[in-house]
Amino acid sequence: MSTFQIDFGGDQPASKIVGIDLGTTNSLVAVMDLTGPRILSGIVPSVVSVTETGEIIAGAEARQRLVTNPDSTVYSVKRLMGRGLGDVLDELKLFPFRLEPGSDMVLRLRLGERIVTPPEVSAHILRKLKQDAEAALGEPVTQAVITVPAYFNDAQRQATKDAGRIAGLEVLRLVNEPTAAALAYGLDKRNEGVIAVYDFGGGTFDISILRLHDGIFEVLATNGDTHLGGDDIDNLLIQIALEDIQSEWGTDISTDTTAVQLLRRAVIRAKEDLSFVPVSVVDLEYNGKRYQREINVALFDSLIQPIIERTLAPCRACLKDADLAVDAIDEVVMVGGSTRIPLVRAEVEKLFRRRPHTELNPDEVVALGAAVQAGILGGEVEDTLLLDVTPLSLGIETMGGLVSKLIHRNSTIPASATESFTTAVDGQKNVLIHVVQGERELVKDCRSLARFDLKDIPPQPAGMAKIEIRFLIDANGILNVTAHDLRGGKEQSVEVKPSYGLTDDQVEAMILESFNKAEADFKERQVREARVEADSILAATEKARQNVAYRELADDARASIDRAINELLVVYHSDDHHLIRAKLEQLDEATRPLAENIMNTAVRGVLKGTQL
Amino acid sequence: MRFYEALGLDPKLALDAEDLKKRFYERSREWHPDKFSRRSPEEQKKALDMTAVLNDAFRTLRDPITRAEYFLEERGLGPSKTPPPELLEEVFELNMALEELREGDASARPQLEEAQKRFHEMRGEIDEGLADLFAKHDANTDAATLSEIRAALDRRRYVSNLLRDVGKALE
Repeated sequence: MSTFQIDFGGDQPASKIVGIDLGTTNSLVAVMDLTGPRILSGIVPSVVSVTETGEIIAGAEARQRLVTNPDSTVYSVKRLMGRGLGDVLDELKLFPFRLEPGSDMVLRLRLGERIVTPPEVSAHILRKLKQDAEAALGEPVTQAVITVPAYFNDAQRQATKDAGRIAGLEVLRLVNEPTAAALAYGLDKRNEGVIAVYDFGGGTFDISILRLHDGIFEVLATNGDTHLGGDDIDNLLIQIALEDIQSEWGTDISTDTTAVQLLRRAVIRAKEDLSFVPVSVVDLEYNGKRYQREINVALFDSLIQPIIERTLAPCRACLKDADLAVDAIDEVVMVGGSTRIPLVRAEVEKLFRRRPHTELNPDEVVALGAAVQAGILGGEVEDTLLLDVTPLSLGIETMGGLVSKLIHRNSTIPASATESFTTAVDGQKNVLIHVVQGERELVKDCRSLARFDLKDIPPQPAGMAKIEIRFLIDANGILNVTAHDLRGGKEQSVEVKPSYGLTDDQVEAMILESFNKAEADFKERQVREARVEADSILAATEKARQNVAYRELADDARASIDRAINELLVVYHSDDHHLIRAKLEQLDEATRPLAENIMNTAVRGVLKGTQL
Repeated sequence: MRFYEALGLDPKLALDAEDLKKRFYERSREWHPDKFSRRSPEEQKKALDMTAVLNDAFRTLRDPITRAEYFLEERGLGPSKTPPPELLEEVFELNMALEELREGDASARPQLEEAQKRFHEMRGEIDEGLADLFAKHDANTDAATLSEIRAALDRRRYVSNLLRDVGKALE
């Protein structure tokens, strides 16, 4: 039996860790070089599509299909990462996500004929980035640092990590996007002082304040809104255009996904233009009709003012949490495509009383920072250390639906807290603990993270058991829980039931499935390639049989060619490429005397020619 | 005491803020999980635990109040549940004023603003007194000073709660 093995090229030094900016709209991959961080390939649009043959594609190719095949294409999936059905009702009104029934625990999206979860969709984007990186580096990539919005909660972080695993990447670290930007910026421009990073991207807004000191990047506070970004500006403009079109054309195109996609493109083009010219036009041609609306900067500014306003409150809260006055901020760094808008720059300048830095490409700086963090982990970048914080407080449910906070927001991570629990009735065997994340006092106003069931507590009178639980938020901002039975002295079993998101088993199954698929795809390609080769050698042989040289062959040589052809034709339709190749070689071998004869005949012909 | 050990310090109530920060940064550079990403899982786990405790320690010790609360807790002197008796009369009147304001009687406002100012000053005095008590305890390590500190912390916690409630009502 022949075995199949992937050859990674033998002994190599530890492969490169890549830095990935997995954005709402666009994604990028970068790597740390001797000279600094470097973008590895072009921007990959965060769009995934299923083709007619069932193949899943990601990136620019998939974005093309947003207009042609909107029902089998998905974008902005980052908005759904780690979310439950109740979290995304607003999103569903504005984005054409097609949810399947049974989406309560984990959202399930319909993509053409396939049903996928948000982490799987993200995994396809990551896989595309991985391939691009491998092509650019000429070596396999297996480890990555991935950035997330600073204000992402535990479930959103876990979902991002799951996506990495499904894509075949070991996620060594999740880094907060504004922090990554600060790393890229700080290494480049400044190494002492206090900087504010204003990160206004496609779908999320973050503000972080850091102190830079002797190579240490210490995040003092972070704040944000995971429901606020450039998409909101687009949606606003789309709403206005839809109403215009309704009155101009007399038709409501809001349910026509292709029309809305075209309109989305049109408003994005107008929005982007307005960062550079005073007047632009939203221009849509559809079904032989045309809609054109002129929009000037003054009107645009008045429309988006409320959206920009929503970014300023988190900025003020962040300053307060950092315990700093505005004049303590030395620099303001702008990140994210939406910071190209002049009004955004003006408002930020007004708030911080500093001209914000815009010289770094706002689309690239996060990926570059992720590469710096990858360099720190890989050991290429020494003397630089990142101390980040958790954006949200962690607590447990107590009597009356109240939250008892264990780890406060803006605590440097890793951070931990230990809490003792006991039983309420005699002989109680289980204690259920509900962990939440958020700033509010009531459980119902916070985000449910997980329920832990402490099991197999030895029967004893009420209040006698003493189980100590350690809550630990790791450097990725993800919660880990361990429990000790202090009286029994043994490690207590903890069953973690995440309130939202995939269980470990589900992720494992997806990894396995994607691996099996990748393997099947690979095998299929091998078979296809072997058949193509068989086709060409069969055709060549058939042609050679017409040659005079064939007739000059010995009988047994001719017989062995015929046998080899027959044997190849027999295995041709099997799906074993090894077998096809073996018979291919056999035919190749059998036709060698024929090939030599043909050569000789040709040479004779040529020689004859020269004699003339 | 674990948090003091994590930063290589003797258990004292008065600490130098700059020295504390320096120790924290030094140890972070040594133990942060970033420095262990290519090591064995056991080493990674140790680094994670060490750093978590280091961060918890720095967060607790850099603020004099949380530091003293931790110190007392470790000595088995947790916060007392009863309000400081000397404040009872004042608090009674304050609660009435708060109630009036909540019911829409704006005439209670000046009284509350006055109280807010007074409690601010009171807290400032408590903090000054605590600094002296810290120094005294570090020199003698006597139980009497420790219970004085505990009483001052209880008072301070109570005053802070009042300030929070008054602040909320006035907003």
